[in-house]
Amino acid sequence: MGTEFAYYLEMAVRSLRRNPMLTLLMVVAVALGIGACMTTLTALHVLNGDPLPGRSGSIYMPRMEPRSADSVNEPLPPDQVTWTDGMALLHARRATHQALMLGGEVTLRPDDPSIDPFIMPARYTSADFFPMFDVPFQFGQGWAAADDENRAHIAVISDALNLRLFGGGNSVGRSIQVNDTSLRVVGVLRPWRPIPHFYDVNVGAFASGEDVFVPLTTARQTQLPRAGGIHCWGAGSTEEVKMETAQCAWLQFWVQLDSPAAAGAYLAYLNDYVREQHALGRFELLKPAQLTSVEALMDEEGVVPSDVRLQFWLASAFFVVCLVNTVGLMLAKFLRRAGELGVRRALGASRRDIFTQLLVEAGMIGLAGGVVGLALAWVGLLLVRLNPNRSAQLAHMDLSMLLTTFVLSVLAALLAGLLPAWRACQVPPGLHLKSQ
Amino acid sequence: MLDIRPILSTLHRHKVTAVLLVLEIALTCAIVCNAVFLVRQRLDWMHISSGVDEANVVDVRPVNIGDTPDMHGRINGTLAALRTIPGVDQVTLANQIPLGKESWNSGIKLDPNVVAPVMNVTNYYGENLLPTLGAEMLEGRNFRSDEYAWLDDITGGSKDVIIPHVAIVTKFVADRLFEGHALGKTIYYDDIPLQIIGVTQDIARPNVNDRATTYGSIFLPVRMTEGLGATYVFHTKPGQADSVIKAAVAKLREMDPNRVILSKRHYSDVRDTFFASDRAMTRLLVGVCIALLIVTALGIVGLASFWVSQRRRQIGVRRALGATRGDVLRYFQTENFLLATMGIVLGMLLAYGINIVLMVRYELPRLPVTYLPLGAVVLWLLGQAAVYAPAQRASRVPPVEATRGN
Repeated sequence: MGTEFAYYLEMAVRSLRRNPMLTLLMVVAVALGIGACMTTLTALHVLNGDPLPGRSGSIYMPRMEPRSADSVNEPLPPDQVTWTDGMALLHARRATHQALMLGGEVTLRPDDPSIDPFIMPARYTSADFFPMFDVPFQFGQGWAAADDENRAHIAVISDALNLRLFGGGNSVGRSIQVNDTSLRVVGVLRPWRPIPHFYDVNVGAFASGEDVFVPLTTARQTQLPRAGGIHCWGAGSTEEVKMETAQCAWLQFWVQLDSPAAAGAYLAYLNDYVREQHALGRFELLKPAQLTSVEALMDEEGVVPSDVRLQFWLASAFFVVCLVNTVGLMLAKFLRRAGELGVRRALGASRRDIFTQLLVEAGMIGLAGGVVGLALAWVGLLLVRLNPNRSAQLAHMDLSMLLTTFVLSVLAALLAGLLPAWRACQVPPGLHLKSQ
Repeated sequence: MLDIRPILSTLHRHKVTAVLLVLEIALTCAIVCNAVFLVRQRLDWMHISSGVDEANVVDVRPVNIGDTPDMHGRINGTLAALRTIPGVDQVTLANQIPLGKESWNSGIKLDPNVVAPVMNVTNYYGENLLPTLGAEMLEGRNFRSDEYAWLDDITGGSKDVIIPHVAIVTKFVADRLFEGHALGKTIYYDDIPLQIIGVTQDIARPNVNDRATTYGSIFLPVRMTEGLGATYVFHTKPGQADSVIKAAVAKLREMDPNRVILSKRHYSDVRDTFFASDRAMTRLLVGVCIALLIVTALGIVGLASFWVSQRRRQIGVRRALGATRGDVLRYFQTENFLLATMGIVLGMLLAYGINIVLMVRYELPRLPVTYLPLGAVVLWLLGQAAVYAPAQRASRVPPVEATRGN
């Protein structure tokens, strides 16, 4: 078998070299199709990615309907909570981990007065954020629930900010000037960026990660600026000092529930809470609570832009055209060799031998197309990243996409080769011998 | 045409290759027609009017670090200082700008007792925002200065603040809600009645997520405070946009070193950013169309070359029987024309099929009929161009070829 295959390979190479023009056309056709397909497939793959690999299955967003009777026709409860409800659920501690959070934008003032202050995205959250999302630390660690209660003036900063302010060294214990407040650094993260930015899509589904993490209670007390979505109803007012009592949903609340049983128990607890609030008159409507998984939320929010899907269909159609083209060219190429194949058949080669040989040839075209296609996809992704959209700039090829490219390319070429090879096998042995 | 019968019988003997070529042309035709249609849609969308005097509007958005006591006095002082910059026509502090990124929205009602809002609109705040944007009033009047209230006073809910009860709506809102007769009518915003005192030309909303309500905007007599995305908007004298931006940034910094400038833009930058992904998509679609046409042309060249080399003897016989070189050339051109025609017919049917899917999934309109003849002409020309070189080669086959084998 081994030597036979080597023989087929040799025959294939010879045959391909005999018709360089036709070979080139086929390789180009496969490569163009593969290149276009892989470019868009990679973009889709990145955007559809799992933000917390291995963990997102146990992360949920509890939701309930706190809005006034006006919202009776709203199909879904809001994807944020009020301060009152968020704090109540946070303090109830019914989940493995729970975190209440809010986006923000802070101004950092370097110690060196000659450097201009700069603005960085921030997240004001509670202690469980770090263990719940398995956030990796470079130095130090997150904070404890007690720090939330004490409104401690502490912060966790990103790798990038640590590099900018402290040259990348261990800055735990040093302080940073955030707006009017001095915060002590307790931890420095390793580069960490969940894609999509699932825990708060209001700041952008593909927003970059935050650079400063501050206890939510501290941030509210020192009035650090908020960022993100805010949804008010009734007499809800967005005045900063009244936000804690306002009829507005403006905080994100996430829990970790490790088993379906835990999720079921938590949902029951949530529904009890809703009934209690309804009885108290805080909730006008009595609608069942929900637990939304990360994946379900991404679907609901339509995180993958429809343009990207359209691009994928377009590329697939393009690929089909390239494939039809390749079938036609292979047919031309294989039938052209009817004479040679007739001779081989007359000399005792079986139909299967011819068929295998031609498929090997097709496979080689696929492999060559894959190599060129990969180069094209690489250029394609460069072009995609020129797109100013945040989501587009995330499109990079990883190992699995690299392998997919080759597998897809060879498979496509083999598929394209099936019909021509079969037709070529039908050549009767003696016929062409005569006409030679 | 002279050669159709023999061509058809020859093609019949090369059924599979002929069918593949027809299929390729059909798919290309269907995809290109729809892609060009999508490009047309995007271009139309990218050329919509924002309602802003785009050449002469700029904005500078500051962020404050630290406390800002006496916000009202501070903003009035800032506006007065900015007004003295040479080249500034108008200046105001607005909560958002048309086609910008962040938006303030609300549902408005026509009847306070009905639960669901009748329309979702965006709310523009800022003293004299309409003249600053360069927008025209179509009916009624602009706000009087005594009608304005400060945003923080309103949201603060203190009893002695007079909440505004007037509004200006765009023509779109007037047409949609009042069949054009909006002046003097009342709309309800958070159960607050607002009398419509003016109708302005259509002004786009920021962060448009539903194109059907692009112009669903209302203006309220609210003085904006700094923060919450507020930005200083300028209407400049012609050609002075650059100098105004520069002077404004310097002035804002000079007045308070704790102000960080978050962004400074010409309005054209706002517009460019807003349509950036549409522009990218348009380029991509055009690129795919060109690539498809190239691939199809290469396929035609490849197959035609194959046929020519396979039929050398047949061509030689015809030449020996008196066919001229032109006859041979025409033979292959006619053959391609026939194949292309079959491909085009099939492709048009397919194009409509794809269009129906797009209509359902992406809410696109129906493919206009004019695309059919245009697509047909393009593919015929492409086929003729692609087949020309192989056909030329065929016409040069000498009659003596008839005597050779194969």
